[in-house]
Amino acid sequence: MPEENGNGKNGNGTRVGLLERVKAGVKEDVQSLKTDMPAKAKDQIEGLKDPTKTQLYTSIFRHKHDDTPRNRALGVLSNVFLHLHPAKINRDAVRYSFTWGMGGITFYLFIVLTFTGVLLMFYYHPTKVQAFRDVLYLEHDVPFGKLLRNMHRWAAHLMVIGVWLHMFRVFLTGSYKKPREFNWNIGVLLLVFTLLLSFTGYLLPDDQLGFWAVTVGTNMARATPGLGHEGPFGAQLGMTPYNDVRFGLLGGSIVDANALLRSYIWHCIGIPIVAAILMIVHFWRVRKDGGISGPAPVMLASEVKEKK
Amino acid sequence: MDWRQLWEICSAPDNVPIVGLIPMIVTIILMVWSITLSAPLEEPANPNLTMNPAKAPWYFLGLQEMLVYFDPWIAGVVMPTLIIVGLMAIPYIDTNPLGSGYYTWKQRKFSIGSFLFGFIVLWVAMIIIGTFIRGPGWQWFWPGQTWDHNRLIYEVNRDLPDLFGIGSNLGKAILGGIVVVGYYVLGGFIVHALFRRYNPKDYKRMSLLQYSIMQFFLLTMVALPLKMMLRLAWHIKYVWITPWFNV
Ligand code: HEM
Repeated sequence: MPEENGNGKNGNGTRVGLLERVKAGVKEDVQSLKTDMPAKAKDQIEGLKDPTKTQLYTSIFRHKHDDTPRNRALGVLSNVFLHLHPAKINRDAVRYSFTWGMGGITFYLFIVLTFTGVLLMFYYHPTKVQAFRDVLYLEHDVPFGKLLRNMHRWAAHLMVIGVWLHMFRVFLTGSYKKPREFNWNIGVLLLVFTLLLSFTGYLLPDDQLGFWAVTVGTNMARATPGLGHEGPFGAQLGMTPYNDVRFGLLGGSIVDANALLRSYIWHCIGIPIVAAILMIVHFWRVRKDGGISGPAPVMLASEVKEKK
Repeated sequence: MDWRQLWEICSAPDNVPIVGLIPMIVTIILMVWSITLSAPLEEPANPNLTMNPAKAPWYFLGLQEMLVYFDPWIAGVVMPTLIIVGLMAIPYIDTNPLGSGYYTWKQRKFSIGSFLFGFIVLWVAMIIIGTFIRGPGWQWFWPGQTWDHNRLIYEVNRDLPDLFGIGSNLGKAILGGIVVVGYYVLGGFIVHALFRRYNPKDYKRMSLLQYSIMQFFLLTMVALPLKMMLRLAWHIKYVWITPWFNV
């Protein structure tokens, strides 16, 4: 009873008047709860019938969602993810018989690989003592660990195939021709980095397969002209097994703990960052070069009619 | 009327279902594949126990296959470099304005033919050989044939200068140099004769630099099967022998 405590110090006469006033006030408050709240609730429910008008919605989406061409375009342009995708696109681009969707599939596989790769990183230590055991642990004990590892592995294979098929289609459609020469070159770099990503991952399970594949692979670096100790002019230029380009790649003269660590860092940090940046440039250029390529426009009689 | 209005379609809402569907299909395929087939895992790495055959990852087996015919510095370093540089050069040496943005064979026979030769014959076919046919000692085993780890093939390889009875190092270096340079000159001349006749428009359009680069890459590509033939038919290992490198 706050009013009684609060008013205890005052005289009797005013005390009664105050009590009346407080009573009246409280009555009013109660009355307002009875009338205003249902009215507000009604408004609220009324408002929810069109959620696109709520402040929450309009703060996220910066335009209305009316089905007019302008708003449809805005719907794409004003969204940071969708805006990478053209609002209007060449009709061949939606025809999967033209692109085979291969660039997009390759990109999607990259996302899958990033996702499964990060999960694998929670269980994997890039050291000679733990690496192989971690893979066994993933295979046998981690919930869905085997599925995770399999998905990462097979998606990597698929991505390599996807990049090749994508390049193949870009060649067959002559899509590297003006003004897309530069984007083809970005693509070639992406091809190289995709292969390197796959290759650096090969060593990580620290099993016989990876060890010997990487041994065979990096032995080739020994033969680099001028930079490898077994390559042409290598010895003449002072190359030994302990200072040549292979030593730099492996962090040693044999595939061992340092090679494992270097592989891991290239695989999980270095190359993915470079590849991601190149992909951003690649997609940007697809847009800036006028969208996905298509033949010089031809007007069909039926289309002219349609337009009228 | 602006042709762009006809040509372009307002695609955002129409396109979204397909754009969402494809990843879903890919995910399902990947899931089913991963549930039914397990990724390989061998014994722990052991530097003292050589795997035979020790194969590079499958996508590099084309290069490993080339090790049969070429020294590692060529197969492992020069070839990958040339492949990358060659791919990058394509848009700058293909001057044909036709066939941009649609499938055509008629308008680009030469460029598509060369690309198919490089991609299918020199890359994909070699990978298939390396993956399915090469066994222990990198020897030829048909699929299904048991891998005989003790099989030895006695193959006496000779070098090209031996055929001419040239013994001195200087003589070997000079002969090989002449053969290699001769191949590029003669081959270049033959390509020139054909290209000028059958691709007169491209020939006219191309600058000297574009033309030479195209010639170099084409002849280098053709050199691979030729060198393979020298080995397979006449057991010739090296064509050009110098104190520093052999080709
Ligand atoms: C990680 C690798 C790659 C990704 C994620 C990627 C992604 C894409 C995507 C999504 C497109 C839009 C059209 C389509 O889907 O076909 C595209 C177009 C293109 N890509 Fe790639 N790409 C990659 C590698 C390459 C490679 C290896 C090349 C060539 C050597 C290349 C050259 C091009 C060109 C020239 C276009 C424009 C095609 C056109 O306008 O028709 N890209 N890429």
